[in-house]
Amino acid sequence: MTWWQRLWRRKQMEEQLEKELRFHIEQHAADLTARGVDPVEARRQARLALGGPEQVKEQCRDARGTRWLEDLWQDFRYALRTLRQRPGFAAVALLTLALGSGATTVMFTVINGVLLKPLPYPAPDRLVKVEEQTKAIIDYRWGDRWAFSYPNFLDCASEVHSLDWAAGRYGGGTVSGSGEPEYVDGFEISSGLFSVLGVKPLLGRAFSREEDKPGAEPVIIISHALWQRRFGGSPSAVGMPLFFEGKPYTIVGITRADFGFREVDVFTPMGQNTGRFMQLREAHPGITVWARLRPGVSLPQAQAELDVVGRRLEAQYPKSNAGRGFIAERLRPDVGNVRSTLWLLLGAVGLVLLIACVNVASLLLARAISRERELAMRVALGAGRGRLARQCLTESVVLALSGCALGILLAAIGIRPFVALWPGSLPRAEEVQLDWRVLAFALAVSLASGLLFGLAPALRAPARELEQALRAGARTIAGRSRRLHSAFVISEIALAVVLLISAGMLGRTLLRLSSLDPGVNVRNVLTTRMALSPGVIRDTARIRAAWGDVLDRARRVPGVESIAMVDTVPMREGNNQLGYWTAPPEPPRMKKPLALANSVTPDYLKVMGIPLRRGRFFDEHDRVGSEPVAVVDEVMAQRVFGGEDPVGKRMWTDLAPEPLRIVGVVGHVRYWGLAGDDQAHVRDQFYYPFAQVPDSYLRRWSELMSIAVRTSIAPLSVVEPLRHDLRGAGGDQVLYQVRTLEQLASRTLARQRFLLVLFGVFAGLALLLACIGIYGVLAYLTSQRVPEIGVRMALGASAGEVMRMVLRQSLGMIFLGVGAGTAAALAAGSMLVRLVEGVRSTEPITFALMISVLVAAALFASFLPARRASRVDPVKALRQE
Amino acid sequence: MNAKSDLPQGTLDLLILKIVALGPVHGYAIAQRLQQVSRDVVQVPQGSLYPALHRLENRGLLAADWKETETGREAKFYRLTRKGRAQLETEAASWQRLTEAVGLILEMSEGGAE
Repeated sequence: MTWWQRLWRRKQMEEQLEKELRFHIEQHAADLTARGVDPVEARRQARLALGGPEQVKEQCRDARGTRWLEDLWQDFRYALRTLRQRPGFAAVALLTLALGSGATTVMFTVINGVLLKPLPYPAPDRLVKVEEQTKAIIDYRWGDRWAFSYPNFLDCASEVHSLDWAAGRYGGGTVSGSGEPEYVDGFEISSGLFSVLGVKPLLGRAFSREEDKPGAEPVIIISHALWQRRFGGSPSAVGMPLFFEGKPYTIVGITRADFGFREVDVFTPMGQNTGRFMQLREAHPGITVWARLRPGVSLPQAQAELDVVGRRLEAQYPKSNAGRGFIAERLRPDVGNVRSTLWLLLGAVGLVLLIACVNVASLLLARAISRERELAMRVALGAGRGRLARQCLTESVVLALSGCALGILLAAIGIRPFVALWPGSLPRAEEVQLDWRVLAFALAVSLASGLLFGLAPALRAPARELEQALRAGARTIAGRSRRLHSAFVISEIALAVVLLISAGMLGRTLLRLSSLDPGVNVRNVLTTRMALSPGVIRDTARIRAAWGDVLDRARRVPGVESIAMVDTVPMREGNNQLGYWTAPPEPPRMKKPLALANSVTPDYLKVMGIPLRRGRFFDEHDRVGSEPVAVVDEVMAQRVFGGEDPVGKRMWTDLAPEPLRIVGVVGHVRYWGLAGDDQAHVRDQFYYPFAQVPDSYLRRWSELMSIAVRTSIAPLSVVEPLRHDLRGAGGDQVLYQVRTLEQLASRTLARQRFLLVLFGVFAGLALLLACIGIYGVLAYLTSQRVPEIGVRMALGASAGEVMRMVLRQSLGMIFLGVGAGTAAALAAGSMLVRLVEGVRSTEPITFALMISVLVAAALFASFLPARRASRVDPVKALRQE
Repeated sequence: MNAKSDLPQGTLDLLILKIVALGPVHGYAIAQRLQQVSRDVVQVPQGSLYPALHRLENRGLLAADWKETETGREAKFYRLTRKGRAQLETEAASWQRLTEAVGLILEMSEGGAE
């Protein structure tokens, strides 16, 4: 029989053992009877000779070698039985643990999906990202990493044979034909993208090499979402025509719904883009490059080959490529600043779980103590101490595992709502799912917590002074556990203090940031991107006329007070920073100051409510041909010109060789968001008229422009009239990314608000758990002290004195806990300052406020047991002795 | 009473193996035979016989079947496995060596020890 058979057939084994021993006794008795012994006496002697049958059986069971498993099973059933006997205790403990482990599991599920899971492509560890790298940092905006130029990509792709190459470049445009025109995000890709990533289109095919060349047949691949939206998911869409930017394309493929580029709706072949900048090795818009290591090639080998090609290109094109090489690194998911948020939240949730563990530990300890006599009795009867400790641990692990199961259930229910709650869109949200990693994590956490909170009672189990334990009442034993119980309460309070103070810091930050002046009047302003008709944007004169027409028409829409065009809308992240200087000669690139440059139309100040401090703003006389002008903000005016009046001074920018004449000074605007502006590297701001944007830039600028509208009615109510009136002659001009300025402003604080809400919830939970813990421990400790209190009262102590005695005990614990917690909160606070924009170093007032909240709540929790103690009837208490 | 010796550590297993080697036998008979063969010198506490049997069975040195005795009752008969036989041989040999060595030491003349 194998060990599991033995375990499985336990009952049968027990019967056989019984039978074997019975046979022995009967045979022995029969022999004795044959020798003339009285049968009854013979049986007695036989039984004596064998020894106690139960002990022999026990030894035989030991000899089987599966003892530990049998014990485990026995302990497990015992644990279930004891939990069932005390449903109140079990419910409180389970609920606490389920909340703790459920919240932790939710956080880990998100972390797992967003940060830990590999990319959803086959053999993701063979994928690399390739960038251009300069030997020296020549521009502090980007460091030494640069996007590829298209010619460099083509050379690398044909010369570096250890890699399969792919490239992409974000763009966008208007899709029309069959249905409403709409603006979509686009992606120009090289023909290799699908094969390098190792995915196939859902329907149709990827681009061929021949299609990835100038002059080839115009073909397009559309996203699953666009396919559903415009073609109702019909398979016949492949082969149908689609107008993109006014040009007819043939649909050759449809991507899978889970294809990595979530926002992108159309893919076009990069090689068909004949734009001038695509041919440049310098001053190019930049493309993103990926590659897959060919079989058998290691990353260093590929890098060595890249270095060789990089040196050759340096020699061939010194003007653009001198000091420039290529660097390949493993491709990692791009998740932005979500990482720190997630780890912060996991940390906070971990603290809540710890508090939950401590709470359960103190519950279990109290129970272990009340069972101490029983345990001592069992030791006296021969139970091994290890065995008893193991039984205690089994009990807590059973508790932990049940808590874990409930927690996983909570996580399974709660994960989607939580992801939906995430401010903005959570990167890789579709990959956030419960999987084996999450289950393993939940299991490991609950086993660890089970051991953690089972340890204290288990270590107590082998009573040291057995006699004393047996003789003494539970009361005297309780005295010895007081220190451990106090330690539990102290650590709970300390943990709660950390969470409360963190939440307090976030709350104060949010209050401070919301009260900041954004520099604009955010009320009643609508902003929207706008795509001109694809037919218009080929010709600069028509572009200017089309924008003029847009402004005229929009101004006539009922409810619109004023309208302006702007390339960088406040509170929406943009990156149009320009180097400038105010006196020749031009400073070297690394020394040139940067400013946020914004091209706008004359009514911009009126729409945004930005105050004019000096001089004038733009008017319709500022156009191509007249003197180029600029308006600076007060921060730049102060920084560059100090006390002097900047109006009338000249400034040069990277945009054009001619200087700009400064004609006015306006207020500073928090373009980087309420929280981010103070910490932004670039705080100088200047404006220049959109009408003076040179013809060579006009088409690119037109793709970037937004329009902003001040309304006299609710801003969202003018969206539909605007949409209708601005469709243009061809009916194919569309508005997209429509937002009110209030929405944008509030979104810049979304991260802080989200963290505050969660930290607030966690802190509240921590406070509640800590209070329950204090209440439970004090109620237990005072109930153990009832006889002592009785004596004190019999000797003349008043009810008030008894109450003060109990409260003093609790105050001592609170004091120690707050001390330890404050120290830990200082550390946690400096982490928040580092990770969350806008959080200032820990302010004493936050500490004071949060600590008083905690002390008040803790005193309240200790008040009930204290009052109960003061009402002890001395006569009854003494009789209990 | 003093004529009866306690068994040295580990020898009970050896004795059981030797007795079982003579043919399938049940627990009670093993106890009887141990007593008879050793002329009552070796008194095995019967309580430790069964744990020893179970241990040997668990280690695969003994196998057991339920069979009828001559009196027609069902009993658990133990027999030696191949592994058990090998174990018996090595243990018997090492026991032999040990007793010879102990005997040699005990036979030394008192003076020779100087």
